[in-house]
Amino acid sequence: MSEKKTGISALGAFLNGLIKENPTFVLMLGMCPTLAVTTGVINGIGMGLSTTVVLICSNIVISLLRRFIPNKIRIASYIVIIAGFVTVVEMLLKAYVPSLSESLGIYIPLIVVNCIILGRAEAFASKNSVVSSLFDGLGMGLGFTCALTLIAAVREILGAGSFAGIKLFGEGFQPVSIMILPPGAFLTLGILIAVINGITKRIKRSKEGTEND
Amino acid sequence: MISELLIISVGAILINNFVLVQFLGICPFLGVSKKVETASGMGIAVVFVMICASALTWVVQEYLLVPFGIEYMQTIAFILVIAVLVQFVEMFLQKSIPSLYNSLGVYLPLITTNCAVLGVAINNITKFGGTEMSFVKSIVYGGSAGLGFTLAIVLFAGVRERLESSDIPEFLKGMPVVLVTAALLSIAFLGFSGLSFN
Repeated sequence: MSEKKTGISALGAFLNGLIKENPTFVLMLGMCPTLAVTTGVINGIGMGLSTTVVLICSNIVISLLRRFIPNKIRIASYIVIIAGFVTVVEMLLKAYVPSLSESLGIYIPLIVVNCIILGRAEAFASKNSVVSSLFDGLGMGLGFTCALTLIAAVREILGAGSFAGIKLFGEGFQPVSIMILPPGAFLTLGILIAVINGITKRIKRSKEGTEND
Repeated sequence: MISELLIISVGAILINNFVLVQFLGICPFLGVSKKVETASGMGIAVVFVMICASALTWVVQEYLLVPFGIEYMQTIAFILVIAVLVQFVEMFLQKSIPSLYNSLGVYLPLITTNCAVLGVAINNITKFGGTEMSFVKSIVYGGSAGLGFTLAIVLFAGVRERLESSDIPEFLKGMPVVLVTAALLSIAFLGFSGLSFN
């Protein structure tokens, strides 16, 4: 990668993570938390934001240290840095939002092995400046958060008839409880990806169509 | 004692299947399940690493973290133990059992980032209230979790092999149909939740 490329605008890095390379719908990274914690909107947002914080912090630190970490032990060093920030987030959540910490449970320490974070460290932060790494982390993190919120919204509205804990429908609503159960996670994600694929394909086709005309 | 161990293992294999109910290890589950052969290779490697990891992390927790009162270092300690363990297993197999290494080799490095392994280690500590979980129990739990993973990934690979030759609507091709298949498999495993021992 040339020096020119390192100067990718901060905004570009941000938008890239949010839309063009959305970690969940396009890159298909970090599937475990995506499927596991999206039973409710609040859980989804909580998980997304915790991951975003870890991602931004680890991206900054790895970008700062990118000239000092020997190539051979870089993965191990990245994992230790990430694990450090995950522990910080875990303790903060336990202290300030114990209810969220309770409901996310094991998936908070498991942020360490979320492939998005290690993937961005390896693919972006280890090659780019601190500022663009920060925005890359922010974009990827928010892209992840949006995706989780979307999946969680579908599952919670269909499966429990509520949004972020607020009841949406009257007494007569019969919840489709399978959407809250594990199979609903696979089903929702599969259908959402199919819809997004369909839309992007249609846009591409119409673009090609106008070019040909 | 034996009935207790049996309950732990049936629980980890069927009722709380790591992949289909707890969503741990989804990346290899979706990534390495195109063929039954590779899927079973991955499964065996995971069983092996999970047993070693449960044993090691139990020792680390009991004799290192608890006596020094640094349980908050759990995540860092465990991920390092697992990363080092995988590296050692790889080197050991390469030197002493080359035939096994040749069949598992490709999958071993992938296991470091398999969240199911870290999940087993953390579950061993938190889910069973720490001290109550004896050394033997955590090994049995680790092995059963690995077997549950193997069961799920091999079944899934079998379905995906059939899927290759079937006619799928354009918009469902690729990942979507795989995820919908996983949903159906997960519904099947939901049936096991009726098995309760209490």
